[in-house]
Amino acid sequence: MSANIIDQCVAQGVPFAREYGGVLSNRTFGGAQVARTFYARGQTGQQLLLGAYSALNRQINLGKVKMLPRREMLDLVMVDGVARGVIARNLVTGEYERHEGHAVLLCTGGYGNVFYLSTNAKKSNVTAAWRCHRRGAFMANPCFTQIHPTCIPVSGDYQSKLTLMSESLRNDGRVWVPKKVGDGRRAAEIPDAERDYYLERKYPSFGNMVPRDVASRNAKMACDEGRGVGETGLAVYLDFRDAIRRDGEDAIRARYGNLFQMYEKISGENPYQTPMKIYPAVHYTMGGLWVDYNLESTIPGLFVLGEANFSDHGANRLGASALMQGLADGYFVIPYTIASHLAGRKLGAVSPEDPAFAAAEADARTRTDKLLGVKGGRTVDSFHRELGLSMWDHCGMSRNEAGLKGLLESIPKLRQEFWNDVKVTGDSGNINDELEKAGRVADFLEFAETMALDALERRESCGGHFREESQTDEGEAKRMDDEFQYVAAWEYAGEGQRPKLHKEELAFDEVTPSQRSYK
Amino acid sequence: MSEQTLEITLKVWRQERPNEEGRFESYVVKDVNTHMSFLEMLDVLNERLVREGQRPIAFEHDCREGICGSCGFMIEGLAHGPERETTVCQLHMRKFKNGDVLTLEPWRAKAFPVLQDLVVDRNAFDRIQQAGAFVSIHTGSAPDGNAIPIGQEVAAEAFDAATCIGCGACVASCKNASAMLFVGAKVSQFALLPQGKPERNRRVLAMVEQMDREGFGNCTNEFECSAACPKAIDVRHIARMNREYLVAALKEEN
Repeated sequence: MSANIIDQCVAQGVPFAREYGGVLSNRTFGGAQVARTFYARGQTGQQLLLGAYSALNRQINLGKVKMLPRREMLDLVMVDGVARGVIARNLVTGEYERHEGHAVLLCTGGYGNVFYLSTNAKKSNVTAAWRCHRRGAFMANPCFTQIHPTCIPVSGDYQSKLTLMSESLRNDGRVWVPKKVGDGRRAAEIPDAERDYYLERKYPSFGNMVPRDVASRNAKMACDEGRGVGETGLAVYLDFRDAIRRDGEDAIRARYGNLFQMYEKISGENPYQTPMKIYPAVHYTMGGLWVDYNLESTIPGLFVLGEANFSDHGANRLGASALMQGLADGYFVIPYTIASHLAGRKLGAVSPEDPAFAAAEADARTRTDKLLGVKGGRTVDSFHRELGLSMWDHCGMSRNEAGLKGLLESIPKLRQEFWNDVKVTGDSGNINDELEKAGRVADFLEFAETMALDALERRESCGGHFREESQTDEGEAKRMDDEFQYVAAWEYAGEGQRPKLHKEELAFDEVTPSQRSYK
Repeated sequence: MSEQTLEITLKVWRQERPNEEGRFESYVVKDVNTHMSFLEMLDVLNERLVREGQRPIAFEHDCREGICGSCGFMIEGLAHGPERETTVCQLHMRKFKNGDVLTLEPWRAKAFPVLQDLVVDRNAFDRIQQAGAFVSIHTGSAPDGNAIPIGQEVAAEAFDAATCIGCGACVASCKNASAMLFVGAKVSQFALLPQGKPERNRRVLAMVEQMDREGFGNCTNEFECSAACPKAIDVRHIARMNREYLVAALKEEN
């Protein structure tokens, strides 16, 4: 499948890196010890996306796809128990729209922005998925979030998002912190003997190329010990000194020039001369709406593709696989699996005048009006920041029972405060960023509770989910397969009600899950 | 780099709806941390405006990493502001001085009508790409990626064109509101790669025709586009587009 995807992208004109002889080039990536990843400078994901976008443009040109930009899906419409359409709001005019069809395909991305600060685009949100969940689609493994180790650290409370530095940097950069707690010297003043290259020390065979969760957790541990660097102490060094000495500055510039430039723009520091400072940040969410092998959710006719679904990655995601999943789902899975829905079910004609559409639209209108009607004193962003920070502290890189139970108490209170005191300016008949944000934060405030509950129920450590109560003597994630070898699929039970847990047992025929080791 | 705080005065184009009259309004932003990005400075101002019950300043943004192409407005007449090869989301306040007075305007071009404040409608770019910025390949029928070798230099040149994020800074900074750097980048990427060659004539004719229909102006070799481009796309891609167009037009007449 992955070879098909690369072929497809090459044929679309995605400019992958080439060897001098003209064949496709490969490099190594986190979690792998061999060079087997195709790449396009430091922007592979962006180029794959542009390739897919060009294919979409072709279909628009052929008249097979109609593009409706600046719309937000606010609800799913079900007729006779089958997903038959959506309610959307035109974000320029504020008009509500009813779109009917034979099926609904949700490709709406992940929920990483529940943490407020993440590497996700600012407008990424859980609303479409959450609205479907409220209509009956199960939400699976929401606690599985990926924290990416190489991001630019937070600099202040005005911070609006976190910037990811490509994982490829770990090919040549060495991660270290001072050996001494509270060492205030500049990096260049700290001699080698007083540096702790902790990934190389603890994981000699993978070194700096350990998977993302391991690299992230170790950075957190170093900072928690008081050995973090920078103004906030919440950063570790990613040092290219030795690679520059070995290969020369020109070679490093050829490999990472655009990333180094981006780092300098944001931080004001020159990474050719001083080591980069990095810290982990939320990057991807493995959980999402539950789907079967046909990518169909528990609602007939509702298909979920890409990061919005829970499939493929399990509890952890390795590098170079997110867009691959998106492309595989879109190019190679759904064209075949949707046929059984279209051909196998009797799907009568549905009109946008159907009462189900009117009811869903009324719900969406009521909600929007309610948000505008609170007229409280606190901004949407202040609620989002508060939610995000508490999720990061208690449901982020490591989780424990007390913290998660605390979240289950604080989130409903914050949600109540939101609906009593949020201030949304403007009206609904115009471009209104505050209104858009308010709707999304309202859904995050519901979703976060299910996420924390999922993290509380899963008492094992597993992939990106690290429960402090479940670790080995060496502080590594300890799995508990006899108890937790299942997908947790949550069924919505009403606002503020505990959702119902369905366990989908996992059966392994070809491999046996075991404790990972990168030593 | 240690942090400082600045006081910045902004003169911002405020226009509530398309086709409505707009005006400049002034805002003083105090205690601007030099580590902030320009958009974070606007976030802080907007949060204050919301608390005061005023309509916040609308501007486009999404990834805030300089790759999605959503953001962009004029700062003191310069698209994306004064720093080279930088989108406004990646522009940081350390580039400014205490007491600076900055005028913020939306992209100005007939083909990019203002929707609100600093937000413009750039769907014209989408329609140009829909006219031909693709390779017509059916999903699943692609040949092996290594079946056609591509020399590293050709791949690199195509890549330079492919880095275009479609932000529209080239149009905004051109006195003719020409989109030729954008279209040139798209035409170049596909004309250079062997995968794009079979459709090269049809593509360049269709895209240029759509570009003209949208109301973009012509190139008069000012090179302001390339100077403003956050991805430093070179004007040689315009030259390549012109060559492609000439050859295609001549062939069409035969």
